[in-house]
Parts: sequence; C-alpha cells; structure tokens
Amino acid sequence: MSISTSPDKLPSAEEILEPSPAALLRRRAFRHYGFIIGGSVLAVIVLMALLAPLIAPFDPYDQELTRRFIPPVWHEKGTWTHVFGTDGYGRDYLSRTIYGSQVSLLIGLAAMLISGVIGTTMGVLAGYFGGRVDMVISFFITNRLAMPAILVALAVVAIIGSSMTVVIWTLGLLIWDRFAVVMRSTTQQIRNLDYVAAAEAAGCSVLRLLLTEIMPNVFNALIVVASLEVAHAVLLEAALSFLGLGVQPPTPSWGLMVAEGKGHMYFKPWVISIPGFAIFALVLSINLMGDGIRDITAPENRN
Amino acid sequence: MLFYTLKRFGMALLVLVSVSLITFTLLRLSGDPAAAMAGEAATEEDIEYVRTFYGFDRPLPVQYWSWATKALQGDFGRSIYLKQPVADLIAAKAPVTMTLGVFALLFALVLSIPLGVLAAMHPNTIFDRMALTLAVVGQALPSFFFALILIVVFGVMLRWLPISGNATWLHFILPSIVLGYYSTPAFMRLTRAGMMEVLGSDYIRTAKAKGLKPPVVLFKHALRNAVIPVVSLAAVQFGFMLGGSFIIEQIYSIQGIGRLALQSIYRSDFEVIQAIILTIASIYIILTFLADVLNAFLDPRIRVH
Repeated sequence: MSISTSPDKLPSAEEILEPSPAALLRRRAFRHYGFIIGGSVLAVIVLMALLAPLIAPFDPYDQELTRRFIPPVWHEKGTWTHVFGTDGYGRDYLSRTIYGSQVSLLIGLAAMLISGVIGTTMGVLAGYFGGRVDMVISFFITNRLAMPAILVALAVVAIIGSSMTVVIWTLGLLIWDRFAVVMRSTTQQIRNLDYVAAAEAAGCSVLRLLLTEIMPNVFNALIVVASLEVAHAVLLEAALSFLGLGVQPPTPSWGLMVAEGKGHMYFKPWVISIPGFAIFALVLSINLMGDGIRDITAPENRN
Repeated sequence: MLFYTLKRFGMALLVLVSVSLITFTLLRLSGDPAAAMAGEAATEEDIEYVRTFYGFDRPLPVQYWSWATKALQGDFGRSIYLKQPVADLIAAKAPVTMTLGVFALLFALVLSIPLGVLAAMHPNTIFDRMALTLAVVGQALPSFFFALILIVVFGVMLRWLPISGNATWLHFILPSIVLGYYSTPAFMRLTRAGMMEVLGSDYIRTAKAKGLKPPVVLFKHALRNAVIPVVSLAAVQFGFMLGGSFIIEQIYSIQGIGRLALQSIYRSDFEVIQAIILTIASIYIILTFLADVLNAFLDPRIRVH
C-alpha cells in the first residue's frame, strides 16, 4: 500500500480498511463449517466433562439390579427417568456416558502432552541440527514405526497391570512418532530462512534460538498435530478398554461400556450404540477442529 | 542402484535387530515374567522354578543373546500354554492373517482409487467434498464399534454374511471391509493428488491434443503414472493392517496371528507375544525395504540421496 500526496493516487477505501491478520483469521474461522461444527460439539463434550457432577442425574456407579436394561427414552418402553436407559447392573446410562467423557478427555490430553513433549523435542532437534543428530533420531522414528504399537501397548499394560496412569504413560510413550515426523520437516523448512541465520549471526545461543526463533514458527503445525493426536489417543484408549486392558471396571469408559454391552447388542443395541456414538462424536469433533485450524492458519497448505 | 539397495538392506537389518532388542527389553522390564507365567495360585517355589527353567534369572543381555541366536535358527521357544513350538503356531496361523490383509488391501484399493480419480477429475465440486467428508467421518469411527455395527446389520438383521470364524472366503468379507476401510482415506488422498498433478502435465495435454479418446488418456496415460506412489503406500499400509488386525480377528473369531497374540497377552504367554510382535515388525520392515527399492528403481532421483 503506497501513500501519495497526489489526489488521484490516494489509496482506495478498501486498501485503508484492509482487515488486520487477526480479523482475517476470525473471518476465515467463522466461514469454516468444519471448524464451527467441530468446535461446538467439542465445547459441549468438554462442558459435559467439567460439569459432570452437576448435570449427571444419577451416580454412575450406583447399581440397582431391579432396574436392569431399561431401554432409552426413544424406545417405546423408555422412561424420562433414565433418558439413555440403564445397563446390565442397573446403572444409569446417561450418567455413565457423561462421566465417560472425563476419562476419554483426560487420557487423550495427558497422552498427547507426554508424546508431544517427546516427539517435538526429537523432531525439532533432528530438524535443526541435521547430520548425525538427525540420523540417530530418524533411526528411532523408523524403529517406532516398525513396531506394532497397539500390540506392544497391550502387552506392556497386561504385564504391569492396568490402571488409568499406566494407560496414559504407555500411550504417551508410544504415539510420539507423528509429532517427531512433522516437527522434523517443519523445522528443516524454517532452519534455512533468513531470520534464523540473522539470529545465529547475532550470536544467539542455540537454546534461545530454538525457543525464540524456531518454536513460535512451528507452533501452528504443532497445534494441528496435537489435536489429531488427542483424537488418536482417545481411539486407542477406547480400543484398549474394549479389550479389557485399559481402564478397569467399574470406571465408566466408553470403550469399556461397548465391551460390557457387546453380549447384549443383538436385542438391546443401544448398550453399544450410545457409548460407540459418543466416541465417534468426540473423535470427529477433535479432527474437524484440527483440520479447521490447519485450513484457517495456513489456507495455502490445504491438500 | 546396487549401492542404494545394499545401503537400504543394511538399514533394514539394523532396524530389525534394534526392534527385537527394544521389544525384548520392554517385555522383560515391564514386570516379572516368571510370576506372570506361573499364574496367580503359584507359590514362591513355583515361581522360582519357572524363573530358572526359562532362564529369567540370567542377566538381560545373556537372555537376549540366547533368545536371538535361537530365533535366527527359526526356534522361537515353546508356548507355555499351548505346549507347542512358537514357530509352528505362527506358521499355522499366519496364512489366515495374510489372507485377511490381502482382502482388506484389495477392498481399500477398489474403493479408494476410483474415488480418488473422480475427485481429481472434478476438484472442488460437491463430489470432491463428499469423498473428503467420507474420509474424515470414517476415521472417527472406532474400528471395534464399526465391526460390531456390521455384525448386527449384515450378520444378524439381514443375515447376508457369516460373522464368526474363517471357514470360507465369505467369512473374510466383513472383517476385510473393517480393516481395509481405515486405509482408504490415505489411498484416496494420494490418488487424488497424483492424478491432479499428472492431469496438469504436458504429456497429457499432448495426448489430448493428438485426439486420443478421454478414457485412453485417463487410464493409459494418466492413471498409470499417478498410481506409482500408491504402490509404496500399499506396502506400508499392509504392514499397518497386520499390526492392527488383532482387534478385528478377535471380534470375528478369525484364527490368525493377531488373535493368537491377543490371547497370548491374556495368558501371559511371553514367548508367543514376543515372536508375533517381531514377525509383524519384520514383515513391515521387509515391505518398506521393497517399496524403497521399487521407488528408487522407478524414480532414479531418489537414489542420489
């Protein structure tokens, strides 16, 4: 935008009123249907997890054997007392579904944080230093990719004994590969840019350079991978719990609820469809958010 | 080319050794294998007996060395539960898992390549959007839940297909759909991107200009070049499928190595778990090695790096 004193070269109104980058970002966000839908569903699930004790109509652990397998409200025999019906122990299914969101989100976020720290450190170091460091780290990544991760996770969890902490750490220590791969290539791209060379020439220490020049510029990519990894960890936790090697009963985990309902699914399909759909909704909303963030922050990188 | 191949081969061997080392150490350090194998009712002496019998009392490097040298000769020890050599067990069950993997891969390719081609021919249309949406939505469905839905719908409500076991090829249809479905988005994206690049290239313009019929241009000239990267992705995806098939095998009662692995995990049958993890890793390593070499053969630029 050039400003000139000559009246016929005055900037047009659009040029002066050109929106700030932040406003552009907001505008793109509000036009992105995936981002809006994903964000809204995710917000509802997060609120559900945070407010579980307030909104759950019953205690999710409260067994009442006279009230076994009450169908959900949309079923002809359903009641409004138990909106989602009850399970084989007479526990209120709506309350268990609400509390299940806590388990999924907690494990998803915690496993993402652990794997994010490991993978980002490895990826940034490999991308920045290149050479031997890159060779060693790439070798680790290759190793990790060659191992059937879920099978290894199952074996380790089975030996140590399953608990929420064990599941979080096992997943966290196993799913850092995507962080490492993406951070490595993003850092490689930034590493040769002029401002990094300028900071090097100005005598920045390596640590300061990594933290102040590299990290802020890989942040967008990091957020995208992080959101996808939360979804990945949620799916893995559900699978582990479904196989009986994740969260242990009577804790309400959606994967575990599907496993517990499996034997009754032919005549009482809601016992698997409700928790199954809950996992689906959570993972889909996180993925839509992640894809949305990618499109909004870097629209040129789409596809 | 020879140098490149040898270098890749050396790398593959190195990865194989280190994966076996990591798996071995992980399983040994996670807990006391002797106590797990002896069972819950075992006394101190029982556990001690198992420990000496299987050599768990020796230092870890010694254990690894004796296990690895035997494994190289095809001896993976004996299953404590099934009382059979592990190698025989795997050899008996591997074909079932391979069949499942091949069917799943075929399903994924048959579904994703036409969709990818169509999406590339009509980019940014409703059709393209729908294909992408299908991919995003499908990835969010947990595989075990998808498997159960198919059982209820096709096995129980419609009664079209068998839902348990691996007696006939019909038994493989539902599990292959579930297993293959999760690879379709990757194939579709790659086909779409490859096709779009190829369709914009000069030789396609020339082919069109000299009056070739559109189907000839599309299949003979464009698709052939666009699917080259799909071949190497197929190798990688096949490896992932083998590693992820256990949950599908468990749900559909398919007697493959995945189900054997899972049941061995439930029974703390260490020798079997270890051998299966290593088998799956080896197949993955061999496939990616072949894919690398094939890529270098097709695209000489890769060899220089």
